[in-house]
Amino acid sequence: MYDIKAIYEAESVAHAIQLLCEHPEAQIIAGGSDVLVQIREGKRAGKELVSIYGLDEMRGVSYEEDGAIRIGSLTSFSHITKDPIIQKHINVLGEAVDMVGGPQIRNIGTIGGNTCNGVTSADSASTLHAWDAIVEITGPDGVRRIPIHDFYIKAGVVDLKPGEVQTALIIPKESYEGYFGHYIKYAMRNAMDIATTGCSVNVKLSEDKKTIEDARIAYGVAGPVPMRAPSAEARAKGQPVTAETVKAFAEAVLEDIRPRDSWRASKEFRQHIAVTLAERALTESIRLAGGEINE
Amino acid sequence: MYVGKKVTRVDAFDKVNGRTRYTDDLCDKSAYIAKVLHSTIAHGRVVSIDTTEAEKIPGVVRVFTCFDVKEKHYFPTAGHPWSTDPSHQDVADRLVLTEEVKFYGDDIAAVVAENEVAASQAIRALKVTYEEYPFVLDVLESMKDGAPQIHKEYPNNILKHTTIRKGNYEEAIREPGLTKVEGWYTTPTVQHCHIENFICFAEMTGDRIKVVTSTQIPHIVRRVVGQALGVDWGNIQVIKPYIGGGFGNKQDVLYEPLCAWLCQQIGGHLVKLDVSREETFVSTRVRHAITNHIISWVRPDGTFAARKLEAFSDQGAYASHGHSIVAKGAGAFPQLYPCENVECDAYTVFTNKSVAGAMRGYGIPQAMWAVECHTEEVAAKMGMDPITFRRKNLMPVGYVDQFSKNELYSDTFNQCIDKGMQETDFLRKYEAYKNQTGDVRRGIGMAVFWYNTAVWPISLETSSCRMVLNQDGSFQVQLGETEIGQGADTAYTQMAADIVGVPLNMVHVVSCQDTDVTPFGTGAYASRQTYTAGFSIRQTGLLLKERILKYAQELTRMPAYNLDIADGKIIRKTDNRELMTLGELATEALYSLQHSEHLSAESTAQIKSNAYSFGCTFAEVEVDIPMCKVKLLDIVNVHDAGTIINPALAEAQVHGGMSMGIGFGLSEKLLYDAKTGRALNNNLLDYKMSTFMDHPRLRAFFVENPEPTSAFGTKALGEPPTCSIAPAIRNAVYQATGVFVNDAPVNPHNLFKRLREEKLV
Repeated sequence: MYDIKAIYEAESVAHAIQLLCEHPEAQIIAGGSDVLVQIREGKRAGKELVSIYGLDEMRGVSYEEDGAIRIGSLTSFSHITKDPIIQKHINVLGEAVDMVGGPQIRNIGTIGGNTCNGVTSADSASTLHAWDAIVEITGPDGVRRIPIHDFYIKAGVVDLKPGEVQTALIIPKESYEGYFGHYIKYAMRNAMDIATTGCSVNVKLSEDKKTIEDARIAYGVAGPVPMRAPSAEARAKGQPVTAETVKAFAEAVLEDIRPRDSWRASKEFRQHIAVTLAERALTESIRLAGGEINE
Repeated sequence: MYVGKKVTRVDAFDKVNGRTRYTDDLCDKSAYIAKVLHSTIAHGRVVSIDTTEAEKIPGVVRVFTCFDVKEKHYFPTAGHPWSTDPSHQDVADRLVLTEEVKFYGDDIAAVVAENEVAASQAIRALKVTYEEYPFVLDVLESMKDGAPQIHKEYPNNILKHTTIRKGNYEEAIREPGLTKVEGWYTTPTVQHCHIENFICFAEMTGDRIKVVTSTQIPHIVRRVVGQALGVDWGNIQVIKPYIGGGFGNKQDVLYEPLCAWLCQQIGGHLVKLDVSREETFVSTRVRHAITNHIISWVRPDGTFAARKLEAFSDQGAYASHGHSIVAKGAGAFPQLYPCENVECDAYTVFTNKSVAGAMRGYGIPQAMWAVECHTEEVAAKMGMDPITFRRKNLMPVGYVDQFSKNELYSDTFNQCIDKGMQETDFLRKYEAYKNQTGDVRRGIGMAVFWYNTAVWPISLETSSCRMVLNQDGSFQVQLGETEIGQGADTAYTQMAADIVGVPLNMVHVVSCQDTDVTPFGTGAYASRQTYTAGFSIRQTGLLLKERILKYAQELTRMPAYNLDIADGKIIRKTDNRELMTLGELATEALYSLQHSEHLSAESTAQIKSNAYSFGCTFAEVEVDIPMCKVKLLDIVNVHDAGTIINPALAEAQVHGGMSMGIGFGLSEKLLYDAKTGRALNNNLLDYKMSTFMDHPRLRAFFVENPEPTSAFGTKALGEPPTCSIAPAIRNAVYQATGVFVNDAPVNPHNLFKRLREEKLV
């Protein structure tokens, strides 16, 4: 039995915004796999909820006119994994969200909820960071689009103003075209777990596959919010596809990440794993891009 | 004959169809809901609890604080048979609610409300003032002079210290040419994680209190509820329906006394107390974390000259099963690898943490972790392979333990090891995995285990059985040894059918125990159900059969000694002629105008024996060194549990135990915050119980040497599968990496620490 004061069911995005304005204390609920857990724990007990789960207009993956990939915020993890557009251009995102929890969570959980929750460990977040995703937010004043990096303010807090709903995540064409990526979720077991550290890497190789034209890397749980590792990226950009480049790239992540000591893992351990993951994820990305690492 | 056959579980179809009723299914919707307020300090005293706001919440019936417990009936909780000798009784150190807080999560107040939401709101609205004392979480710290004193009756927080002395250790270690091998081996605090959390409900009729509860031990619960409430034991009725697992946590009396007390306080209204997963982790029971120190003195030929064990068992805040756990492990130490000169010191020590009680294996998984990690190191140090070393030193055939009179009748260890080696292709792989380099390496390892069946001669062993004949010749069987998912009802059905001589479908085992009607028995624990209940089933079955045949003599005019029952029919043995069906006899017996008699039998068997139950685990792993991860590739358990009553159920039971062992070996550990004493990961996300995705195919094999002391040749199988998994995995990790990990579990944190020490990462 959940301690819920009231639940309002939105019939459209506009209606959701109206409900949120009328009930400024209300919490948005989509799939509920985070919100209901928090209510059960007493954290959000007794609150009003505005449910957007019925809004099919916020569901599904499609191309925008300029070739960008638009992922409706209510698209479930399992639908993302099986979506042909995702599989064709950013399969790594489908793979990443296929590591969330277990099958039931992946059927009910949404990518919008995963990002709006604002936690650093979200399996979708590091990949969305690594692919320069854009967040679409709809509110009383209309639609605004911001880079995902700016969407995350601090642990558990995202840039959603009163009355606003996150409606889509967009991967611009220039962010995905020619890129190949790999995500590694480092967790303590192979299912039903959250990441101790998550690392998502993607690369664009030169036509002859000998040079790294661009490399992007993002982490979950390497700091309070998901983050990129710009020093590592700079170290790989324009460099030859060699083991040396991979190693330099991996070691450089320590200049960027800020893991902490906690009961979940020590800082020393997290740093070691972060370097290992960077090396392995870049190696696999290069392989996917058709490159071969020379010793 | 049904014993030895893979018959279908008697409850299989009902469980699959969702027709079996568990405690919560049986509770009427009119029940009030009780919730417990747990302390948020680890040690101290409750000064006051302000209930004003909580009482204002609509739907709250009553709020009870520790100060409302006027009659202080201290009670023990361990699911042990009671002892009429006060010196052997369990420590009575619990109250239904306490002012004296001894761990973070202690029970200090309770709310009874009309619904769960109101109860939870009221719990959050209670304001507690504490006087805080210093607390201690570490077992070795707790024993030091000046450590916070948790129970005033136990100086240095030592609940009990026992010793075993054999030969002369100090003398023996002076023998020239000995190699000393020494190590410290620790096991973590883990939890049972049964699917069904603890739940019970209580209501009163007249002066009597009925408690329906998810327990393994209904008759013990009746006694303890009586003790806790200061009520005559006969005024307590305990009912045990199907349960969703217990693994020893429910071999303790948990919240039945509090629920019964709350019910009594509000005038007998139905009250349900449903414990959350988070509370189950912290405020029910956990497995004792044990710190072990072993020293072995080894001769050049690989035999032991002298051995020493010190074991420090973390009891947590209250006595519960107490010293029995570490004492069992210490008792195994001189037996598994017999040696002329042995010293054992076992300590059970209070700390300000969750209370440790019984858990599958009862101290032996901890002891086998220590002993089998150590054995691997000894073999390595002596330059011997681990199999040869073990074969040379393990308990020999014919060994008799002087205390229990247990005897090793068969060459169990060698047979089990042979089977395990054959199934895993051990020798080839052991050679192939030597001297590997690279990031990803494989290894194969093994460990053996010692176990015994039942609790004789430490405690009472008794089992009572009742059989009642129906008109159609079928009969009910009632026993106090409970079905807790292990398949006991099915095994009993097979045994009873064989003894009386009827088809399986003519035996109806009454699964639910009701202390008002079920014959006395102490419940399900100690892997003793088929062994212990086997005696009373055979004895009572023979008694029923004798009565049936005596009645058959009246009806057939044939002497009883020439009659038998087979396949539900009365047979004349001299020519095997079928004289009548058992149904015809039973109908006549009940409705006869000449001699009506309800044929039934009831008897108690007192069991004054016990039996060894040994076996081993073989594990193959792949270690990804930079990732600090162990992947389990193959795992095999081999058991000599005597005659296997039902091979399919036995295999399933071994699989379950192996799974629990995998978690213990690779991932599970309940963590506590050093600053507050609060449990940090008391939920199934942060507590890393292993999942299907972490398991290879679990493989179970049996070497069947019928146990001579047993009514059906059977002996322990419930707990043994958990005992040797963790050290076998750890020893495989050693073969892969050359690194010994002595702190369980071998999770990435502990492996990283050791790999870094050895400069491998």
